[in-house]
Order: sequence, then structure tokens, then C-alpha cells
Amino acid sequence: MSTPRDINVRQKPAVAATGGATSTVLATKQLTKNFGGLTAVDSVDFSVKEGEVRCLIGPNGAGKSTLLELITGQLSPSEGEIYFDGTDLTEMDTHDRIDTGISVKFQSPHVYENLSVEENLQVPLQRTDRDAGKVSEETLDRIALSDEREEPASDLSHGEKQRLEIGMAVTLDPTLMLLDEPVAGMSVDETADVAALIRSLHDDGMTFLVVEHDMDFVRQISDRVTVLNQGEIFREGPIAEIEADEDVRRIYLGENA
Amino acid sequence: MSGPLGDGSDHKRSDLDARSRSVIGCVRDRLEGPNTIGDSPAFWVGFAVAVAALAVYPFTTDPYTIIQSSRYLALSFLALSLCFIWGYAGVLSFGQVAFFGIAAYAFGIIGINLSSTVGVGVAVVGAVLAGTLSAALLGYFMFYGGVRETYVTIMTLVVTLVLNTFMAQTAGSEWAVGAAQLGGFNGMTDIPSLTVGVGETALVVEGVGLYYALLVALVAAYLGLRVLVNGQFGMTMVAVREDEARTTTFGYDVPFVKLVVFTIGGALAAVGGVFYASWGNYIDPSVFGIAFAALPVVWVSVGGRESLLGAIGATLAIERMRTGLSSGIGPIGSEWALVIVGGLLLCVILFLPAGVAPRLDDLTGELREKRAERSQSTATTEEPAE
Repeated sequence: MSTPRDINVRQKPAVAATGGATSTVLATKQLTKNFGGLTAVDSVDFSVKEGEVRCLIGPNGAGKSTLLELITGQLSPSEGEIYFDGTDLTEMDTHDRIDTGISVKFQSPHVYENLSVEENLQVPLQRTDRDAGKVSEETLDRIALSDEREEPASDLSHGEKQRLEIGMAVTLDPTLMLLDEPVAGMSVDETADVAALIRSLHDDGMTFLVVEHDMDFVRQISDRVTVLNQGEIFREGPIAEIEADEDVRRIYLGENA
Repeated sequence: MSGPLGDGSDHKRSDLDARSRSVIGCVRDRLEGPNTIGDSPAFWVGFAVAVAALAVYPFTTDPYTIIQSSRYLALSFLALSLCFIWGYAGVLSFGQVAFFGIAAYAFGIIGINLSSTVGVGVAVVGAVLAGTLSAALLGYFMFYGGVRETYVTIMTLVVTLVLNTFMAQTAGSEWAVGAAQLGGFNGMTDIPSLTVGVGETALVVEGVGLYYALLVALVAAYLGLRVLVNGQFGMTMVAVREDEARTTTFGYDVPFVKLVVFTIGGALAAVGGVFYASWGNYIDPSVFGIAFAALPVVWVSVGGRESLLGAIGATLAIERMRTGLSSGIGPIGSEWALVIVGGLLLCVILFLPAGVAPRLDDLTGELREKRAERSQSTATTEEPAE
């Protein structure tokens, strides 16, 4: 089977990364989710390539978070399939999907408030066979929380909690990292910190799928952008192209062309 | 996180001393951690003194009091079981007495039917298995069926009360398992005592012997649970208690974790039930009653949900108090015992929401800090004099 060249979700994606940046790690096939009469995600064929930072944007109610929850397994699809690294995830429980190499960070901070920063990292780390002491140290350094390691997570600021949570997800050493609005409610400086963190992880070869509203942030991190509208893929392409697209500006950026 | 013994900075110690110290350090590393209070050398000295005091207690008092005390120790297993699942995994069960009672009845049924010293051994194993498997079965349906939080509490209470109603109507002679009459509301009598050894030389464990057996088993259970909650599994339990959704997205199978915790809790309660049935040679349906079902929640709330030792201490204290009250002190009659226990629970919830033991730990912690500050300041003032 040849490696899919472009967005090609009609076929099962190639297993693992053989050729580097061109292999598909995540693919959805005709993915649909109905809530009663509402179709939140409508026959979405979508794929993410290894090593890219993909941003998912779209107006409120476009189905971005639903799509993410379908990928993590918190929701099960009404129709369609999800493949990750050649594995069919569609029927898998959330915790089993994580074991295939996906990590996720929710929209609102979900750290363990009563545990120390270091213990927060220990919870995901103890499930891996990585050197806990070393990885914990590296991660603390990376998320700039080394000095706060002994502090309970409840004492951290909003931005620090978001960084800690990204750090926790990263300790699992995932192939694909899913982030739902990682900079919501953050200051400009905090946003820049998170962007730098994502770029450095990206340089190490991690693939990202990021749901985000903040276009400045999207510009700082993304390779390609997918625009979702009314549960369907509306546009997909490089950030410059998307921002220049008049239809996108009309539906999402709220401009009258 | 490691104890102060781990630093090994004192070079004057002999090798042998250092080695024995490192063994102690290693043992303490396993017993101590972020999930238990009482991680200081002073705590362990106090713990040893308390265990020693309980060990010499039989020499200082009459046999009747020792028999009563054995009952408190048996009930302490129930407290440990609830403390473990509620304090560490956040699962509030109102039905730990169900597994306690199932094991007690199972011990009676098997023990009466196999009336031999070997039979008692079989009965112990069978009864603990019965209690443990009941917990596993109920846990499986609850946690894999998505029953959570308050609904777990209600469900476990309902199961307990159903058992109460069922066992209370087993009065007729048709309600017998082999030679064992279930006895309905009047309960099952002639349950054998525990024995050690086989045949003619077998030793019946009762009176002071049972007291010591219980004490050893309880200390072992306590230390075992400390190792468990301070290890990786303890961290997993705490993570599940703090945030189930987040823990799932780190790849943990949360229903499975809760099932394991609930099953271990059931096993602890079952061990208590076996001791209890063999202690009184008797069990009746009030073990599944709402008054008894509420007691573990009171003990653990008062002692401190996150303190295994606090739960044991509160059980011993409250049960001792209840025994005192039920025989009537002055004008206060036995009917006031449960009212006073209820009042105590209210006071603790209002004024010490974390329980007595964590509050004591806070206080001693503050005391230690103050003393450290004082010794530091005296050290700096005395230095020039030297």
C-alpha cells in the first residue's frame, strides 16, 4: 500500500511513520455525530499528518470540541470511523486510545488541585516505563515550573495550571497531542509562553491538533488550518491562505466581504 | 518525600549502625509518603508505644473487658475498609457492613457444617472469599454500569437493607443450610470459635488469645494498607478520587481501579466479619441494619477519612464509649448512646470536617515548627557564648 500523498481518507492510513512528514497519523472517515435532531459533526473526512501542528478553527457551535471528543472517545460517533496510526479507534474506550499514543488537554484546567506540581506529573508518568525522575525534571524545566514543584497545584495561576496540564499530557510521550483552547483566558505573555512550548515540542517531532479561537496564537503555531462550519469542513490550507479567504472571513472572522 | 533518615550525612555512625539504619530507612520509605499523615520518627515511637500498651492491656484488666475490647478490634477492620475506599478513592459506601455480615454468616454456615478443626480453617477461607466476591460482584455492576458518587452510597445502603430484610425472615426450620439454621431475626447460634492446629492438639482461639490474634492482624492490615496507599496504586487511587475524567485521559481504566479498591475494601470487611462471628459465636440480621451500617461512616468521619490510624482510633474510642453508655452512666441510659454518637458526628462535621487525626497532625506540625524556630533562635543567641 502506498503512503497517502495528500489528504486521503478514503483509504486506511499507512501504519506508523515510515517516510516522515508525509504519513498520516490521524484520519476520520465520514465521521458523524447527531445530538437528537442536531448534527454537530457531519460526515467529516479529516486527517492530520505526522509532525504537523494543525489548528482547528470555526465559529461557536461549528463542532470543533465535539470532533475532539469523538477522537478521544468521550463521545461515540453516530456514524463513521476514526483511525490512528493505522489502528481503528472507533470502538475503543478512552483509556485504551490514550495507550495508542494520543494525549489530550481539556479546555478548562483539570489539574489535581490537592496534589503538588510534582505529584501531578507523577500520575501520568507512573503509567509509562520512562525514567520518572529524569522526565519529571525535564518537563518541569520545559513548562517553567521547577520552582513550584512542591506547591499544591491549587496555588498556581490560571496560566501556570494550563502549562502544568500540557506538561502532564506530554509526559506520556504521545505521538499526537490534542489541545482544546490551550490559551483561553490567558494574557498575551502567557499565550506566547504556551506557543513557545508547543513549538519546542513540535521541534522534537510531536504532532499537534489544536482547537483555538485566538488567531494571533494560531498564527504563532500552525502549519495548516482546518475551518469547521456547521459540522462540516469548510476550508483547509496554510494559515495565510485561510486568512485571505473571503468566505472564511465572512463566516468566522465576522467580516462582511 | 523520603524520611530524614535517608540523608545519611552523619559519618560518625558505624557501618553496622548505618546498615540497620538504611534498612529502617527502606522500610520507612515504603510506609511513608504523601498519602499518609504521621511520617516522623516521633510518630513511629508513639505508634510502637500504643501497640505495646494494647499488648500489655490484658495484664492490667479483667477478662470481660478484654472480650469487649476484642469486639472493638474486630470492628476496626470495618473502619479500615471504609477509610481505604472512601478516604483514598472517594467511594463512599454505606454498605461495608454487608460484606462484614456476609462473611460472618458464611463463616457460621461453613463452620457449623464442617464441625472439625480443619473445618474452621475452610470456613475462614470460604467466608473471606464470600465477602470479597460479593464486593467484587456489586462493584462490577456499579462501576461498569456507570453508577457514581452519591448513587454508590444509596445503592450500597439499599443492598445492605435488602439483606437485612431477607435474613430477618429466615426464622422457619426450612431456612437452613445443612446443619446451620439461619435463625431469622434471632440469628445464627453455635458458630465455632477460631482454632489453630489440627485434631486433638488444636488450640481454640478465644478470650485473651483472640484479642492478641486480632491485634496482630489489625497491625498487619494497617501497615499493609500504608504500603499500598503510599505506593503507585495509592497515587492512582488519589488521582481517581480527585478527578476521574482527567485520570481516564492519562490512560487509566477508572472503573477497574474502583473495582479493585472496592474488592480490597470488601476483603477487609470480610476479615472483620469472620473475627466478629467467631468472637460472639453468633450473628444476627442487625449486622445489616441501618444503625450498624451508619457506624463505620461515623467512625471514619470522626477519625479522619484520610487517616487509617485515625479511623481505628475513632472506632476503639466510640465503641468503648457506646459500651459505657449502654450499661448506663448515672441518669444517662443506654437509649442515649446513639443520640450521643450522632451528636458527635454533627460536631465533627461542623468543626473538624477533615476529622480528628488530620487536625491533630496539623497541631503537632505547628508545634514542631514553633519548637524548631525557638531552638534556632536560642542556637543563634547561644553561639557567641561558646
